[in-house]
Amino acid sequence: MNRSLISTSFFVILILIWAACTGDLSGIGINLKLWPDYVMPPPSGVFEYLWDNSINGKIPMAMLVTLRRLFIGYFIGLVIGVPLGMLAARFRAVNDTLGVMGLGLQALPSVCWVPLACIWFGQSEAALLFVVIMGTLWSVLLSTQNGMNNVPPIYARAARTMGASSFYTLVFVTLPASLPFVVSGMKQGWAFAWRSLMAAEIYVAVASGFGLGQHLHYGRELQRMYQVIGIMFIIILIGLLADKILFSPTEKWLHRKWGTDKK
Amino acid sequence: MEERLKLEIQAYPAAKLSMEHIFKEFPSNRGTVKALDDASITINEGEFVCFVGPSGCGKSTMLNIIAGLEKPDSGIALIDGLPITGPGRDRLVMFQEHALFPWLDVISNVMFGLKQKPNLTDSERLEVAKYYLYLVKMDKFSKSNIHELSGGMRQRVALARALAPNPKILLMDEPFSALDAMTREQLYGDIQNIWKKRRKTIIFVTHNVREAVCLGDRVILFSPHPGRIRREFKVDLPRPRNINDHDLADLSQQITAELKGYQCAAECD
Ligand SMILES: Nc1ncnc2c1ncn2[C@@H]1O[C@H](COP(=O)(O)OP(=O)(O)OP(=O)(O)O)[C@@H](O)[C@H]1O
Ligand SMILES: [Mg+2]
Repeated sequence: MNRSLISTSFFVILILIWAACTGDLSGIGINLKLWPDYVMPPPSGVFEYLWDNSINGKIPMAMLVTLRRLFIGYFIGLVIGVPLGMLAARFRAVNDTLGVMGLGLQALPSVCWVPLACIWFGQSEAALLFVVIMGTLWSVLLSTQNGMNNVPPIYARAARTMGASSFYTLVFVTLPASLPFVVSGMKQGWAFAWRSLMAAEIYVAVASGFGLGQHLHYGRELQRMYQVIGIMFIIILIGLLADKILFSPTEKWLHRKWGTDKK
Repeated sequence: MEERLKLEIQAYPAAKLSMEHIFKEFPSNRGTVKALDDASITINEGEFVCFVGPSGCGKSTMLNIIAGLEKPDSGIALIDGLPITGPGRDRLVMFQEHALFPWLDVISNVMFGLKQKPNLTDSERLEVAKYYLYLVKMDKFSKSNIHELSGGMRQRVALARALAPNPKILLMDEPFSALDAMTREQLYGDIQNIWKKRRKTIIFVTHNVREAVCLGDRVILFSPHPGRIRREFKVDLPRPRNINDHDLADLSQQITAELKGYQCAAECD
């Protein structure tokens, strides 16, 4: 059987079971209601929530707020992390200081930054950004460094024998040569940024904008399970789209063209 | 073609090389390795010289010292009477793996070395690059990506890239060892042709004795542990040479026999 058919039928069956256990299929004679709605709502309830709130603009607005924070934080993380990673790859002193610090801080789940961020920045936009930046920065730094160290030395040797200066070699040879690894690092950084932002939004309620995480949090407070599950779907969707549409194809293409793909 | 451009392409620089009493050691986990032990060699302008010898006898080390990528522990390395202090445009290297830049297309790869050369306009550089791609029969692929080319095509492009800045000395470290016999034979013809047209000093490292006899004016034999230059053979066969030629095969056999002696001597130590 075709693989996509297998996965499609898997999910259809899963939803059918969910519908059957929550009373959604009473129309065709399956009268099962295992849990009350505030524990497990029927698919129709979740869908209704998503539909209504997409029409009235609440969900698009929340997505906008969240993605804005994500992009800004991620961007700052990249702008700081990529150059630092390069420096760490190039200078032993930077590696022994910032590189080691990065290793340590990357081991810290980014949600652990939340208490500190709340004390330093209060319940504010800055606190959210700080958490996202901390989540992104170190993983980007480390993977950029790793990428630069992975560049076959023969490229730089070839450039040097052609008379290129060491600065020219760094910018026009080592840097492009490490691009596939840097993009892999950016992809990983994105995943970290996404996770940290969700953690931060759940814990930090700010007046400056209601993001997806905050909707998730209030869904719980108000015992609106359909909202919780609905927002979870949206979060999954955004994560998947970014990976499958933005990062994975770019990464694959680069590794193929650069000849760095593992066969 | 514009006058200046003609000059750029037709200038026939070639250099005389003299290496005297070169010593080079590398640290290894079993003490030091004597990669080169009192190796001396003189190579004339426009000469095609091949280095052969068993693995680990210092051929690449010698080449890297000439390229300026490696410094000898002691000894004198001179090009046209001037000491070698580091890598330079006058000595280009063609490596065993092609070392082409995969993020650039074929023509941009050839342009890379040219861009390091001052006193040329970009359009002149482009013309020069096109000329060399034509010389290695890759002009139809100037816009191709490196990963789309076969191994033989890549080595052709690498050759064009090494030739384009018009170096005095071309250093080739087993450039064809990863290619199949058919492609190699074609390249032997091409490289002899190019050498005839562009008269450069070429140093060519190989494991393949026949290849060395086919290409070189002289074949230099190295022996390992420690790396030494043992003997040289002059090759006086007429050019262009065919690798399947009888006389060529005879001489190859003679050299191979000599090489086998070194290998045994090293193993019987
Ligand atoms: N960078 C290095 N560090 C340590 N040892 C080295 C280094 N380069 C070469 N050697 C050693 O020096 C010796 C000579 O090496 P070299 O690469 O010149 O040999 P070669 O004749 O080119 O061999 P091959 O035919 O296998 O390429 C070898 O024993 C090698 O292990
Ligand atoms: Mg070698």
